[in-house]
Amino acid sequence: MSENIISLKNISVSFDDEVILDKLNLDIKDGAFVTLLGPSGCGKTTTLRIIGGFQEPDSGDVFFGSERINDLPAHKRKLNTVFQRYALFPHLNVYENVAFGMRVQKKSEAEIKAKVAEMLKLVSLDGFEKRRTSTLSGGQQQRVAIARALANDPRVLLLDEPLGALDLKLRKEMQVELKRIQSRLGITFIYVTHDQEEALSMSDTIVVMNHGVIQQIGSPTDIYNEPENGFVADFIGESNIVDGIMHADCDVEFCGTRFECVDTGFGKDEEVDVVVRPEDVIVVPKEESGLRGTVTSVTFKGVHYEMYVNVPGEEEEWIIQSTVAQEEGKEIGMTVIPENIHIMKKYTGDYASDIEFE
Amino acid sequence: MKKDSWLASPFMVWVLIFTVVPLGMVCWYAFTDASGAFTFENILKIGTYWDYLKDSLIMGAVATALCLLLGYPLAYIMSRASWGAQQTMMMLLMLPQWMNFLLRTYSWMTLLENNGLINNILGRIGLGPFHMINTKGAIILGMVYNFLPYMILPIYSVMEKIHDSLFEAARDLGANRFNTMRRVVFPLSLPGVITGITMVFVPSVSTFVISQMLGGGRNMLIGDVIERLFVGAAPNYNVGAALSLVLMVLILISMAVMKKFDDGEETGGLMM
Repeated sequence: MSENIISLKNISVSFDDEVILDKLNLDIKDGAFVTLLGPSGCGKTTTLRIIGGFQEPDSGDVFFGSERINDLPAHKRKLNTVFQRYALFPHLNVYENVAFGMRVQKKSEAEIKAKVAEMLKLVSLDGFEKRRTSTLSGGQQQRVAIARALANDPRVLLLDEPLGALDLKLRKEMQVELKRIQSRLGITFIYVTHDQEEALSMSDTIVVMNHGVIQQIGSPTDIYNEPENGFVADFIGESNIVDGIMHADCDVEFCGTRFECVDTGFGKDEEVDVVVRPEDVIVVPKEESGLRGTVTSVTFKGVHYEMYVNVPGEEEEWIIQSTVAQEEGKEIGMTVIPENIHIMKKYTGDYASDIEFE
Repeated sequence: MKKDSWLASPFMVWVLIFTVVPLGMVCWYAFTDASGAFTFENILKIGTYWDYLKDSLIMGAVATALCLLLGYPLAYIMSRASWGAQQTMMMLLMLPQWMNFLLRTYSWMTLLENNGLINNILGRIGLGPFHMINTKGAIILGMVYNFLPYMILPIYSVMEKIHDSLFEAARDLGANRFNTMRRVVFPLSLPGVITGITMVFVPSVSTFVISQMLGGGRNMLIGDVIERLFVGAAPNYNVGAALSLVLMVLILISMAVMKKFDDGEETGGLMM
């Protein structure tokens, strides 16, 4: 678990003068479920393709364990890929699709048969051996693609937005299933997605990327609770990001109100970004807080109500989530407990436009 | 759908006048004698023409095999090239087809003649002259030259639809170039190959222009025999019609065999 199985050192790639990856460094631990997360165009798929051997970096080294594999062609690498659009062989049935890799290696028929049966059982498709892939649903095709990739006993499985084409319910089921398969086989999964919820629910480690640069590497709780910059905070979930001034350790001012927080180590009166998650905002009578605003819209979301609040002097409306609905047009007060105020160094980019880059 | 079917009526009339009626006439001639009485005589006479029929089938098969050998790699290269390169190659392939078929074959005559262009050039570097015109080789060359595009196009059109991701998936699963070719590209291109074979074999077997111009009348094919029976010095429509019918049946059988092969591949997964 502690050894690095894949290491990328100073990887750079550009197409037509556009920088896709900029001196990327990444170590992936053996047996981990690692997710590369970011908007499209952030370089996550390119990173995966470099590991898979489908693309050569302009510069930098790729290591598999301690071996440099830059010059090792894709078909000789001990890793397999689950492709975005499954890429099943249309002329072969389910059995032969899963057997493909073993046929290439000229394994014995008995060995192939046993392995295919094991793999189809793993993805709950036993009994589908003779079916043509075109008669399967999207979810079933995805399972065949996973079984096919795993039948080669890879040490690392690469997954390129494998659930993108499935509907929400199926996607949730497959998330659970993938996690189960990964912990059962104990191999490394490198998973690419732009869906932050998917990343949060499956990964051991999340690598947030933007514009070919890694923004933050950490566990899902780290990434969610302690985003390192505004981009991560905004991308990983809806957030209120406002300008603030750090007067002293644990003393921050934003929206004209001073709050107690838990962050230390900033310069005196340093300008910072303050992030508050919508679910962390507590609604109080307007007299009880300096942070006040008018409710402009209320939307029922199932488990909670989502409300937008116009705070005088702020460019963006605040977004808050609560199980109690407020009346539209009502003036309310808002407060946040110190632990839920996240202070970050100023991010120079524009979060909104970065995300819409997608 | 049903109420639009009248749109097909002009075509139906066309088919009736120019396919069904003539075919009926061929059948009628094939099974009657000069006086119009029913007979099997004409069909039984094909034994005397067996050698021509055999030659036609063999040369047609050789030409088809050569077209496949030349056309398959080219179709593959075309299908994997950039869009612009694909268009250029397609243009170069189709360009000669815009010239008249007879003219194209004539030009091969002047090239292949004993004192033609090829022997002329070879003579200057001290080779030859070679006897090339009026041989079976010249006829096969003519067939390959004229029918090669009909092999390439159907193969290209199926190969072009093979998505790049399938090549990547094959590589990902450990297949090198050869294995990718054998296990992915070839099986997926088979429907195109079968169409190509049919489209080259049928006109090759029944040609008479190519054999007359490049074979000099000394290498008669079944097409030449049939032509003579209709427009030669001693016409015999009845035997000519019988031979046409036999040739047509042979071609239908070979196409049916091919089709069967194709279907077998298509449904192979289900039958297994």
